[in-house]
Amino acid sequence: MTCETTNILVCGIGGQGVMTATEILSEAAIAEGHDVKKTEVAGMSQRGGVVTSHLRFGAKVLSPQIAPGTADVLLGFEAAEALRWSHYLKPGAMALVNDARLVPPVVELGLFKYPDDPIGEMKSRGVRTVSFDAATLARDLGDLRLGNTVMLGAIADQLPFSAEVLLDCIVKRFARKGEQVVEANRKAFAAGRAAAQAAAPATA
Amino acid sequence: MAAVMPAPAASRLLMSGNEAVARAVWEAGTKVCAGYPGTPATEMLEVLSAYPDLYTEWSVNEKVSLEVAIGASMMGSRAFCAMKHVGLNVASDALMTFTLTGAEGGLVLAVADDVGLSSSQNEQDSRFWGRFAHVPFLEPADSQEAYDMARYAFELSEEYQVPVILRLTSRICHVKGLVKVGERFAHQPKGFSKNAERWVMVPGHAKRRIPLMHARELELKRLSDRTPLNVIEPGSDRRVGFVTSGPAYMHVRESFPDAPVLKLGLSYPWPLEKVAQLAEMADTLVVVEEVEPLLETELKAAGFAVHGKDCLPRIGELAPEVIKPAVERLLRKEAAPAPESATALPPLFPRPPTLCASCPHMGIYYTLSQLKNLTISGDIGCYTLGAGHPWNSLDSTICMGASMGVALGMDKGRGEADRNKKILAVIGDSTFMHMGMQGLLDITWNRGNVTVLLLDNGTVGMTGGQNTPANGRDIRGQQAPRIDFRKLIEALGVKPERIHEVDPYQLPVLFKTVRDETKIDDVSVIITNRPCVLIEEFKPFKPYVVQEDKCTGCGNCVEVGCPAIHVTRRDRVVKPSGKEVELAFTRIDSIACTGCGLCVQPCAPEAIVHFAPAGRMIPVVPA
Repeated sequence: MTCETTNILVCGIGGQGVMTATEILSEAAIAEGHDVKKTEVAGMSQRGGVVTSHLRFGAKVLSPQIAPGTADVLLGFEAAEALRWSHYLKPGAMALVNDARLVPPVVELGLFKYPDDPIGEMKSRGVRTVSFDAATLARDLGDLRLGNTVMLGAIADQLPFSAEVLLDCIVKRFARKGEQVVEANRKAFAAGRAAAQAAAPATA
Repeated sequence: MAAVMPAPAASRLLMSGNEAVARAVWEAGTKVCAGYPGTPATEMLEVLSAYPDLYTEWSVNEKVSLEVAIGASMMGSRAFCAMKHVGLNVASDALMTFTLTGAEGGLVLAVADDVGLSSSQNEQDSRFWGRFAHVPFLEPADSQEAYDMARYAFELSEEYQVPVILRLTSRICHVKGLVKVGERFAHQPKGFSKNAERWVMVPGHAKRRIPLMHARELELKRLSDRTPLNVIEPGSDRRVGFVTSGPAYMHVRESFPDAPVLKLGLSYPWPLEKVAQLAEMADTLVVVEEVEPLLETELKAAGFAVHGKDCLPRIGELAPEVIKPAVERLLRKEAAPAPESATALPPLFPRPPTLCASCPHMGIYYTLSQLKNLTISGDIGCYTLGAGHPWNSLDSTICMGASMGVALGMDKGRGEADRNKKILAVIGDSTFMHMGMQGLLDITWNRGNVTVLLLDNGTVGMTGGQNTPANGRDIRGQQAPRIDFRKLIEALGVKPERIHEVDPYQLPVLFKTVRDETKIDDVSVIITNRPCVLIEEFKPFKPYVVQEDKCTGCGNCVEVGCPAIHVTRRDRVVKPSGKEVELAFTRIDSIACTGCGLCVQPCAPEAIVHFAPAGRMIPVVPA
């Protein structure tokens, strides 16, 4: 990997908004003048499957795929999914994780086991893990759909550009929906950012 | 999808490969675009349907879509069709003869290979069609190239009067990158010129077209050696040179930034002179091609000493983490494969795709899983997921429409061991019209004994909800003639009394209908009539809750397979009979639950109730 390329891996399950979040991160990187490539394999992810979205940006991006061990940041929308992809991080890099546990039918049927403490496992594997409850933060702001913006707020201080650039892209995206929606997203962004900052010193 | 105002020329847009191709097709002045939905190709036609000034359609299958494009090309118009790799198998009958007549208006066929099998039944390498059909292949390596090559493909098609195949893979279709776009070009169709010797492919005419096709291929071969699409990038690292194309090029560049590389954009016919030039620049040549050793074999036949599948895998994507260690090992002359990466995945539960909460297919599979002695031939769509847990209710899946013929073959081919088996076929609405109708006709004509479940959910579900002839809307969502399944099936020879329409949420009716029809020695068709939960026709009801104090842990609701049902506690008890029973106490995720009521029906203690106050019950549709 060329040293100037930033690699951000976003993971979760189908329907959580992983691809939209990565799209907004891409827009922010473009606004900063970077070359951008974003990729995911999402063939059947709408049906509750695993979804990962790779974002690479820099002066010139070649391969769109992040190789294991080279991600600068991991944004995890679900606890076990964050653990599943944590080996993609560079040694000592940070993971920002929504601590939600979304348990699939194969686990409910008793065929497999969901890990007791995926976040704890990540930490024991040496990942600087910052976790928070994005769903509760969103619900407190009045709409579960704000969870996506909470996640973006959480990653905002781990990017090679200012948080305001990312916030601008979010505001632009929701501008059509009126000032109320924009304001709710501003609050969600701030809440995610604050949650990640609050969790960082204790867990990093 | 309503027409939108396209972004102005010279904009730099973040586009997926599919979006970039669509933009280029529109800019090229194309008049007719057709396709059948299939991952990863679907979005090309979807995006095109939103552009103004061109005709787009979802065709009933890929063969028809290519035929529609061929007709438009004969009229002198530019035409485009898009399909997934397996779709080209279906369309190939038209392709293999159209290559003889050749294109008049530029005809570009985009085929999307599912390298890595994200959602397909095989991983076949479409590049073989280049040699087989004697047509040129263009292989972009990112979105900008997809745009550039799609535009150029129409010029190439007209200059050589040849259909051109634009070969994409998932890693082009679904990768977004920046694309600089241009303006729409006003292409004027020349009009049809009557010429039976060219357009009517009877043997006498076809014989005279074959040498023309070979001459054209020779010209294209010369072009391949001089086109800037096939470019040698010199490098300072003489140890190894690469011949590569498509997304693999980006992975090679990432892995070996200083190596000389021959990048193929026009990947068929092969530019052998350029390969010879590359051979002068490096001590070892490695062909990096995803899936089959197609180019490698050709280069070896042409006398080049190249490596390829001796060091690289023949399945899946050739990402940098695959290429780099493999080639470095080759250079060190190590034979042994690399040990598994030290940072390998922690062992975790799988998260296979599954049916959505309230999916109308769920009641079907729950019912099938409760019946015994069935052999069930499946098909391609969301309902293929019925093969998974907890239903395990599909016994075969081959290709689009195969459920019909395979079921008939199971019926006719059964021996004594299977004498009492009930043979069923499960197929979706769109798949039935794609290629299932003919199979059903074969069953009735040949007096097969098959019970067909036609799962009509009003959309092409797995690819994201495209319209079909059975939901009465065209690609743009405009009202269109609607096919009547009952009449169609009757016309295909099924007796009217053997055709049933059932509500898939009414489990007792469903169970009885399936059980009764499988007992009758005749063809039956059971049509389900509830929409996919992801389309606008679906109307959710109030969610249900499990009353904790009433739940006995019987686990019947878990067997329905709904992703909204979660186990809160497990236990084991010994029954008076001495039998040990596992208990699973449950809750329902009220955000995911849409109140379909499937889990309510098998709940033994009637512990599942509506959130207070009770919402509407699902109206019972008479069977």
